[in-house]
Amino acid sequence: DQVLHIVPETFQQVQHLQHLCSTLLLDLWKPLLPEDIWVGEDLHIRVPAALVQEVKDSLDQPTVPYKVLIPDVQELVDQSMPRETSSHRQVPEGYVYTQYHPMEEIYQWMTQIQKNNNELVTQHYLGKTIENRTIYYLQISQPSDKTKKIIWMDCGIHAREWISPAFCQWFVKEILQNYKSDPKISRFLQNLDLYVLPVLNIDGYIYSWEKERLWRKNRSPHMNGTCYGTDLNRNFNSSWDSIGVSYNCSSETFCGSGPESEPETRAVAQFIDKKKSDILCYLTIHSYGQYILTPYGSTTKPPSNSEQLMHVTEKAAAALMGKYGTSYEVGSTSLILYSNSGSSRDWAHMIGIPFSYTFELRDNGTHGFVLPPQQIQPTCEETM
Amino acid sequence: DVDGVGHKYHLELVLEDVLDKDSTVNCTAEVLYHLGKKTIAPDVEFTIEGELKNTDEADNAFYNQIKSLEKELVAENIPDSHGNVSPEMEPIHLLAWVASGYVMWQNSTENTKFQLAQIKHVKQVKRSDEYLEFDYMILLHEIVSQEIIPWQMTVLWHPQRGVQVTQ
Repeated sequence: DQVLHIVPETFQQVQHLQHLCSTLLLDLWKPLLPEDIWVGEDLHIRVPAALVQEVKDSLDQPTVPYKVLIPDVQELVDQSMPRETSSHRQVPEGYVYTQYHPMEEIYQWMTQIQKNNNELVTQHYLGKTIENRTIYYLQISQPSDKTKKIIWMDCGIHAREWISPAFCQWFVKEILQNYKSDPKISRFLQNLDLYVLPVLNIDGYIYSWEKERLWRKNRSPHMNGTCYGTDLNRNFNSSWDSIGVSYNCSSETFCGSGPESEPETRAVAQFIDKKKSDILCYLTIHSYGQYILTPYGSTTKPPSNSEQLMHVTEKAAAALMGKYGTSYEVGSTSLILYSNSGSSRDWAHMIGIPFSYTFELRDNGTHGFVLPPQQIQPTCEETM
Repeated sequence: DVDGVGHKYHLELVLEDVLDKDSTVNCTAEVLYHLGKKTIAPDVEFTIEGELKNTDEADNAFYNQIKSLEKELVAENIPDSHGNVSPEMEPIHLLAWVASGYVMWQNSTENTKFQLAQIKHVKQVKRSDEYLEFDYMILLHEIVSQEIIPWQMTVLWHPQRGVQVTQ
């Protein structure tokens, strides 16, 4: 099927086109009705494949100039649908990765993912949230006799950053769909284990769905329940409470009553601390701003391996830009964003994990936290 | 540094049409942030190289559309939680964007960075003259503190006479 673009030049042409559309019952995309076809006005007609030649012949005598707007409608349709290839059985059928999902569905998704890919994926308990919900992470690990280094990625530390959990889910799906066919991914999995935590701040995420879309922190009660929430990304034990935080519970950057005061923080910290000698890279996914941030936020003094860190980040940003032209700024948080202490990324680096990055995904403020679902796919594809 | 007065910044930037990413125009500006505790809006002077696109057609279409409504327009949560804005609400959204720009300017310091996060509520106010009036409750996101700041603003608009904001 093709879509033709015509701008009628004379009244005779208008009549000719109206006749053509009515007789062949062509699908008018613009305008809606043949009677609205006017001289000088854009006309878009979808012509079924079988009639393309007939219509084009008819437009040649007498000559009605036309352009082909869409050469293959089916191709466009296919591109906009989630891909359903042979890897059908590896991911939950019908799970739409280009939409945002509530926590209930993410829990179910994790169970399904493990079930459908149990040779590679195991779901593990990490801890509990303040409201007593269970935090799980997924381990993607190819069985092997050698111990592998670990890449850890967590999403959803901040409740309102919905694109972040969406990315973690997308990431898992991409790996599982392509590890057999994509040589890069399969080599990856031969040498590394991936640990993905789709939503760390589960209580906050649910709260942003049910009560307040722009909620950021967790849901720990303070001051006798008159004030809620600690900023989990100010709660880690990395120069905790020194800069860029608030001691006021009602603030969005409230760092909590002490480092690792929050169960969510402790759950992550204890696990990572235990495994730190095997963890090569710590990634934490946020939005928005389009940055790849390196340590530190608490000081402008560069980390010991800052050249290495920057080299990798710059390559990542360039690769990202290569996909859709989206530009990401790279550098240390304290230099290009703002100062803050107690962040998970700083903490991970301080305890010895060499590569530690925060990704701030799309966009630049146009939609901010409320990124429309149509941007999920391009954001995830380029970040991948 | 301008001694005794404040900090002046010279900027060269490119303006991009939100509705047409290929349409850009160069701009130079000078921004002076005043010293002192009282929040005075920074002074801004700017020059645009060339002309901004003519928007008469779209402006008039929106103006007539609102004028022809039987009841005053009321809406909330633009965009919605998932980021969607219906096509009819696009101009209302864009108007809020422009007006919130003014609010941000009036409240900016060297340590703030604002974005419009969402329109919580908008209500059209009936007027006897030719202006359109909208009462907005918006949420501003301040990036350094990460705070969400609710703000009430009244916006007057007319296709030929432009935008006016009273906070």
